[in-house]
Parts: sequence; structure tokens; C-alpha cells
Amino acid sequence: MVFIIINGEGSRGDGRSFNELRSLKIESGVLKRADGSAYLEMGGNKILAAVYGPRESFIKRLLKPNTGVIRCKYNMAPFSVDDRKRPGPDRRSIEISKITAEALRPSLLLENFPHSMIDVSIEIIEAEGGTRCAGITAAAVALADAGIPMKDIVVGCAAGKVNDEIVLDLSEKEDKEGQSDVPIAIMPRTNEITLLQTDGILTEDELKLAIDLAIDGCHEISKIQKDALKKRYLSNF
Amino acid sequence: MNIIPEITRESITQIINDGERVDGRTFDQYRGIQIETDIISKAEGSARAKIGYTQVIAGVKVSIGEPFPDTPNLGVLITNTEVLPIADPSFEPGPPNEDSVELARVVDRAIRESGMIDLEKLCIEEGRKVWMLFVDLHIIDYDGNLFDTATLAAVSALLNTKLPKTTLDDGEVIINDEIKEELVLNNKVTMSTFVKIGDKMVLDPSLEEETILDGRLSVGVTESGKICAMQKGGDKSLLKEDIFEAVNMAISKSKELIKEIDS
Repeated sequence: MVFIIINGEGSRGDGRSFNELRSLKIESGVLKRADGSAYLEMGGNKILAAVYGPRESFIKRLLKPNTGVIRCKYNMAPFSVDDRKRPGPDRRSIEISKITAEALRPSLLLENFPHSMIDVSIEIIEAEGGTRCAGITAAAVALADAGIPMKDIVVGCAAGKVNDEIVLDLSEKEDKEGQSDVPIAIMPRTNEITLLQTDGILTEDELKLAIDLAIDGCHEISKIQKDALKKRYLSNF
Repeated sequence: MNIIPEITRESITQIINDGERVDGRTFDQYRGIQIETDIISKAEGSARAKIGYTQVIAGVKVSIGEPFPDTPNLGVLITNTEVLPIADPSFEPGPPNEDSVELARVVDRAIRESGMIDLEKLCIEEGRKVWMLFVDLHIIDYDGNLFDTATLAAVSALLNTKLPKTTLDDGEVIINDEIKEELVLNNKVTMSTFVKIGDKMVLDPSLEEETILDGRLSVGVTESGKICAMQKGGDKSLLKEDIFEAVNMAISKSKELIKEIDS
């Protein structure tokens, strides 16, 4: 894949080149009571993810006799953004919760857990753009930490169009001022896409560039996810 | 889980793998589309859209309100859906569930990001008074593919929306209900939804196809053939090839849908 850089390097506000991620740190097993957990910092994002289950749920109508189910809750802390966010779910967080569950679901072998529920909570402690992808990345690590059998560790990353250039991992400023945003999540072993949204105008060719760039970004993040798990479970790592 | 859907799943998947569909359509064919506009006289704009038996009524109501503090010179667009219990035996009354919220937000995204509505033209007095457009989508019959039907209804309703003329007099907004002006629209937007069943991407899922889908992809396309919104749904993954097959088909189907909106 050849990318043509029109504006050259340094065209981004924070000095990153078009294919550069923000600094990223993931730690797994950070919460005591949860069955699995992870903490992620990416640029100015600070995100905690926790997994409870597989367990029986008191909401019986959500359970299925032939498979386990996953339920996600994405929640932003009132202090995580510039203007205080009113606590509780709004339409944006309800949508993100739904697509997060759908992004993680394809990787999990939930058939092993009929009649049970896996609850994933994603808490955005501080937000700086790209929280839905970062939340998915953190939640996948928490699911692995919880020992849920899975085919792959899902990883999320966004690309987008800012100043007529396709760039990786939009910051909050780029997200606000940019022309288009394409968050994706993949299963990195097979490059199967489990989440895809687009928000803003793109041509078909630009969309291709953005998806390829985001997939590259996902692979880079995937290594850091795995390192976080190795660090927790391998004494000599 | 019900035993019948599993059997249905197998037979529908089998038929699609053989290159056919249960209702005899090709993979890239819409069901019959019908659009009626101006059906509610009390609304500033309205439309009923049908794709097959799926039916959505869109009404646009307007009011004058304050702009959001971060966009003092822009009008306000609010899209809302009500998935009503009359539309399907499993729909329940109560606050909107996540499917209904997703539907409203995806339709909103397509309209907003396409630049169809020039929100600056809805500004009456910067920072104080702007027009607020409320696009309410009533889902009244659900037979699959709400995304495309709701977008058709919303776009058609906006196209026949008329606003009363306003004038500013000494900081007071005077509304003249006698003179109605058409809402200025730049562009049109359409949405095409595909579902992946087996390894095929199929346009305009019927209710049966939607209940057994592996993955779903909705693509919003502007009149000039650009992509302005997308949303993947469903519990299984899609391949990159699936996505571009769908995007390509959505761009060509957009012309067909715009013809329906215009007629």
C-alpha cells in the first residue's frame, strides 16, 4: 500500500505524522473485584474496562438457552469532558454500548456458556477523542483477563479525513474540526471487521485508504494489548 | 430460542447460497418503494415511505429556540424515532431501546453529514434565535429494513418542509404565518442497507432475512455519489470485500432511490 502525503509531515496539530498513533499504555488486571479488567491511556483518554461473568443474570429474558450473551455499558464520567456531562445514559452512549457489544461478540466462544451473561463495563474517566475504539480495545483485554474463551483479541482504531488528508487515530480536536471519521474494530488474526461506522463525507477511494490505515493502526495496538496480558501472566516478561 | 427460526435460517441461507432469495428478488433489488408527501397538514413537512410492507411516517415540526452554545450561528436538527407497539408483536411501549436509538442516530448522521440542510440558513439572530427542526419518525409497520425506509421518509418530509417567514424587529422575532418559505436544501441523501447471510451481501433485507442476519451494513450516500455515513450492525464480522461490494452497490442504488424521492 502506498500513501501519498500531500501536506508532508507536521501537518497535524500535535506534530504526529499521518500514520502515527497517540501514545498508548494498557495495563490489565487493575481491579480487584472484577473477573477481568483493564486500564488504558491513549493520548488524553483514560479508560477503565471491567468484565463480570459468565454468570447467571436476574434479567431472565435476556438469557438464551443455546448460548451466552454479552452486554456492554459504555459510560462517560461527568468530569471526563470540558462541559460537565449529565450523568446517566444518553443516546450517544446507548448506541456506543450496542455497537461495542456487537464488535466484541464475534470473537467470543459464547456457545460454551448457555444461559449466562457476560457484563462488560467501560468507564470513560477522561475523554480526548476516539473513546469508542479505545473502549473496545480496553474491553477486549479485560475479557481476555477474565479468561473468557475467544478466537481473537478484538482491537479498535479510527482513521479519518482532516484538512483533506487521511490520517490515523484522530484526536479530540481533529475529530471536531475534521471532515470525516471512520472508527473500526477488527479481529487482527483474520482482519475480519467487527465494527465500522462513518461520520462525514468521503469518496470511495478515501474510504478504502481510511480503512486500510485504520487496520494498520489496529495491528500496532494489538501488540500492546498482548504485551499487557503477558506482563500480567508471565513472570519473566 | 425458538426452533422455527433455526429451520428458517437454514432454508433461507440455503436459498441465498444458491443465488436466489425467498421472495424471488435478486441480491441487489429493492422491494417496491412508495413515497407520499404532505400527508399531515398540521406538520410543516411530512411524508410516508414504504419499502415493501415496511412503513414509516416522518413529520417535521419546527419551533424557534436557542442555538447550542458551541454553534451560535447554526439552526438545530433533532431526529427522533418512535418504534411503536403497533408495528410488530415484539415491540413494547416504553422508553426507546437501543435499536430505536441506533436507528434515529444513523438517520440523523446521514442527513446531517450529507450537508443536505444548510443549518446556517436556519439562524435568525446569531446566539439567540434559530429555527429548530424536529424530524420525528414513526415506525408503524415493520417488515424489515427500517434504516432505508426511515431515511427515505425523513428526506422526503424535509423536501416538502415549509417555514413561516420571520423578520427581526428591534430584537423581537416576528413570525408571519401567512408567508411560507421552502426550506433550502443543498443535496439529497439516501441510505442502502445490506445484510450478510452465508457469504453473500444482500440489499434491502426482508423481515425474515433480518431476523437471521450475520452482519448488517448501512451506507449513506449523497446525491454526488460520496459516502457520508455508515453503520455496521449484527453479531458477526464482515470482510473488507463485503464492505466495498456494499459501498459500490449503495452508490449505484442511490440514483434509483433519488428518482423515487423526486417522482
